[in-house]
Amino acid sequence: MTTTVLPRVTYVNVRHSVASWLLTKDHKRIGILYLIVVSIAFLLGGIFAVGVRIELTTPQGDFVSADTYNRLFTMHGVFMVFFVLVPVVPAVLGNFAMPLMIGAKDVAFPRINLLSWYVFVTGFLFTLTAMVTGGVDTGWTFYTPYSSSASNSNVMLTGVGVFITGFSSILTGLNFMVTIHRMRAPGLTWFRLPLFVWAIYATSLVMILATPVIAITVGMMALERALGFGIFDPRLGGDPVLFQHLFWFYSHPAVYIMILPPMGVISEVIACFSRKNIFGYSFVAFSSLAIAVFGFLVWAHHLFVSGISPYSAMVFSFLSFAVAIPSAVKTFNWTATLYQGAIWWRAPMMWVFGFLGLFLVGGLTGLFLASLGLDVHLHDTYFVVAHFHYIMVGGAIMGYFAGLHYWWPKMTGKMFSNSMAMLAALLVFVGFNLTFFPQFILGYLGMPRRYHAYSEEFQVLNVLSSAGASILAVGYSLIAAYLLYSLWRGEEAGANPWKATGLEWQIESPPPPDNFAVTPIVNEGAYEYSKREIKVV
Amino acid sequence: MSNGLAAHADPHGHAHHPALQHHFQTLDQQHEAATLGMWVFLVTEVMFFGGLLMAYLLYRVWYPEAWSEGSLELDIRLGGFNTVVLIASSLTMALGVRAAQTGAQRTTVRWLLLTMALGLTFLVVKFFEYKEKWDLNHIPGPNFVFEGPQEMSDHLQIFFSLYFGLTGLHALHMVIGVSILSVITWMAHRRRFTPEWYTPVEISGLYWHFVDIVWIFLFPLLYLVDRAHQLG
Amino acid sequence: MLSGIPLFPEQASTLASEVDNLYFFVTAVTAFFALLVVVLVIIFAVKYRDPTGEKVGAPITGSIPLELGWSIIPFFISMAIFGWATIVFFHLVRAPDQTLEVYSTGKRWMWRFQHIDGQSEINQLHVPLGRPVKVIFTSEDVLHSLYMPAFRVKADAIPGRYSSVWFTPTKVGEYHLFCAEYCGTKHSGMIGSVVVMEPNDYQTWLSGGGGMSMAARGEQLFQQLGCVGCHLKDGSGRGPSLAGKYGVQETLASGATVTIDDTYIRESILTPQMKLVAGYGPVMPTFQGLVNEQGLMSLIEFIKSLPPSGQPAAAQASAAAPAAAPAQGGPR
Repeated sequence: MTTTVLPRVTYVNVRHSVASWLLTKDHKRIGILYLIVVSIAFLLGGIFAVGVRIELTTPQGDFVSADTYNRLFTMHGVFMVFFVLVPVVPAVLGNFAMPLMIGAKDVAFPRINLLSWYVFVTGFLFTLTAMVTGGVDTGWTFYTPYSSSASNSNVMLTGVGVFITGFSSILTGLNFMVTIHRMRAPGLTWFRLPLFVWAIYATSLVMILATPVIAITVGMMALERALGFGIFDPRLGGDPVLFQHLFWFYSHPAVYIMILPPMGVISEVIACFSRKNIFGYSFVAFSSLAIAVFGFLVWAHHLFVSGISPYSAMVFSFLSFAVAIPSAVKTFNWTATLYQGAIWWRAPMMWVFGFLGLFLVGGLTGLFLASLGLDVHLHDTYFVVAHFHYIMVGGAIMGYFAGLHYWWPKMTGKMFSNSMAMLAALLVFVGFNLTFFPQFILGYLGMPRRYHAYSEEFQVLNVLSSAGASILAVGYSLIAAYLLYSLWRGEEAGANPWKATGLEWQIESPPPPDNFAVTPIVNEGAYEYSKREIKVV
Repeated sequence: MSNGLAAHADPHGHAHHPALQHHFQTLDQQHEAATLGMWVFLVTEVMFFGGLLMAYLLYRVWYPEAWSEGSLELDIRLGGFNTVVLIASSLTMALGVRAAQTGAQRTTVRWLLLTMALGLTFLVVKFFEYKEKWDLNHIPGPNFVFEGPQEMSDHLQIFFSLYFGLTGLHALHMVIGVSILSVITWMAHRRRFTPEWYTPVEISGLYWHFVDIVWIFLFPLLYLVDRAHQLG
Repeated sequence: MLSGIPLFPEQASTLASEVDNLYFFVTAVTAFFALLVVVLVIIFAVKYRDPTGEKVGAPITGSIPLELGWSIIPFFISMAIFGWATIVFFHLVRAPDQTLEVYSTGKRWMWRFQHIDGQSEINQLHVPLGRPVKVIFTSEDVLHSLYMPAFRVKADAIPGRYSSVWFTPTKVGEYHLFCAEYCGTKHSGMIGSVVVMEPNDYQTWLSGGGGMSMAARGEQLFQQLGCVGCHLKDGSGRGPSLAGKYGVQETLASGATVTIDDTYIRESILTPQMKLVAGYGPVMPTFQGLVNEQGLMSLIEFIKSLPPSGQPAAAQASAAAPAAAPAQGGPR
């Protein structure tokens, strides 16, 4: 007599139809849906970046016209900021892993979660439409009066796209806040929470408070453009710099939306692959909150040369130095975590090492820009471009890839090739430095940003930068290749291939639709590696 | 935080309240989550209006004469009437929530209908106010006309931009509020609410009160600038 | 080829070396911490490596003294950088009392420079070596930014407002001038050069023509636009006398006080009712549309040149005779 063993029911195979994915309320499926759209946005943003770097290999503007170039860098920024950096870790990894990490069956509002994805896709489609029907050329910062009265590009469409997408961010932040407050498993007190959850919580605070301001600001700019409302029009007595204040009131906290969750990932991965408790847990947890709060107080450091009073500039400069301290605290705590650890060199950890180096440079170069005396020279030069790419790409994206590699086995049940992954991490690290370090030098030399053509003497550094970009492109493509390949041919991962602590590793990979058959009860801290034997399922 | 014990192995194995969603342990937990969610949402709304209010603040300080003049151009009787209407609607809303809480189903429906009627009254009055502005060419933009010095006219355009921005955004929230209430009223009519579970009524009430409070700020900020001066 | 690659900008102003010294300090501090962390990470990653993945790390959870140490020490270092940088900043934005003024307007996609002696240039600015120069500028359309890397100065050009930068050139030569705020299609073409000349060469260049001085042009406009009708010199007209009023504090009808500077004069011509001087009624009409940015700047120069009534006319403010020029103590 034969017995048929039925395949285990997972969130992936429980139902196969397209409708079951597009109407899902499962946070894990929604995380995957976000992964797909964000990856498309990353690809588009990357293609625009390639266009920019090709143009910049020569001093003359000979690859594309000036108008096209201006659209290339604008759309690179718009797609990367709003459709990759802001959502990627919260909406992909946060959605997938956070409820698992707190022992919940789902987020507080699963239907709103699905709604937030649809809102995201709608905003994305508006922006895509803007792209294919001519693009937009205002820079991702949309400064008035250029955006409200002078630009001949698809400002309205893009503005509407950004406006709509903001609501996706707000809904996700709201959902996560309520989930973390109300749905933690019994025994899971705040100070037993994994640091990724703290990071997501702090991020949600920022998403909720800051995003509505960009929505109303872009709305005002669009109304001005469409209907002639005069809020930013100097000809009517309006103040174009008011736009900058309102814009950066969101956009500076937004960069903390982009970096806090990846920092949370780093804490998870570094504890796991050092087999050790995070050094200074409560300091790392509180520093996330400190960054979220202080991040709201520094916006005018983007306006140091825009005509604000020198006394006002002093205040914002001081606060900008202050906000750097919690990030420094985190970095030192992570470094100390490695001390006397048992460091297991696996792909997720390679991304962590890369992050530590690159985020460090990015964060420290922020001090140059916070310094009033230096910012006058450096504002709107390639120094700024290098600074924020070190943090956004060297920090946030690397943190994302650390998390993607860390939770990939949980999400898919498959292992990827570790050697390919290590190679990709190395390529990205080398390519990244080659792309962006020369830009610090270019910036201090005085090369302004958003320049289609540039002065001859800047060429060699630009060529180095473009060469680095091609290595980056190879590295990122390699990641896509081996991850997709693992879906087809990867080894079975098992529940806990990294031998990690954490509730998400106590269930099968991929998890069942309802996550936990029995609600777990928690009675210890998040990273008790040293204390106990780690069960390998 | 409610402590759910080791929960059901089979989600459909035992009876639970029909309104309890499967990812919550208890109705209580679900209710607390919904309420917290609505409060968080209202905070985002404060920030949303806040951007416009910051612009208002800046220009009121820069152009006090235009603010004075612009406020005079608004109809204080209609604005005042609308304020009373909205405050009354908050009262009827609160009474509706109370009725739902006590299981008085028919009373709940009546109070909700009255709230909606008051909300619609507000919107109708707003329509007439906007229409008057249209007729007088006070809509900012290329068709704006105002008799007086050019700079007063320019600054008035900014005032009116903010007037339409603020009241327009508010009116949009009223429309959404009335739509939500129509759904809630229908649900109440279909006897979906009981004293154990009337959460949608309660959180709709929170939303409605918030929209009312926004108007209570907007009315003096827009209609009552320097009125004492004008009267004297 | 390699020797031709510039890696550091020229220092061509007194401010440049100040800024660069600050830069070197911050670089040294940040490089130290960066190296410290990177070296530690590498050492720990290698020294404590466990290829099996089976071992566990030491049961260390934290150290309050370390936390305090690495919060407080970086804070004090940050404050030192903040302090030094702020001092440098105030040097950058506070021009000295006596400067050679040049007016400029940016518009898509060019810079126009107007010397007070009358010469005007497009995308090029001639200045003499060794004298503090102040460029006062605005935009005629969208945001621009005047940036001269060799002097380490930059400020945004904002429509409706005046901005300024100042510098004292220390080296003869030709230096980049860039627009540093994205302004559309030819943003990267809105560039030019600053030509620093020996004082004698500069004199020669100046006297090479240019027509009427700005103040004279301003006087002409003052007549043409009818200002002279109300702003009588003795103060008996419908508007206040403007003689000697530049830089003076006035009380407004609202009770507030204001300093009569470039911005106030421009505002008063374009939106006269906004800040009425006490004792005068709201009768001045607006001249928006009747005078352009260059005209406004000429009028400002004219008003600056008016001596207080009762005093002999001061020598015409001119680039040729700096010692005789009246103190130009206006705000930035």
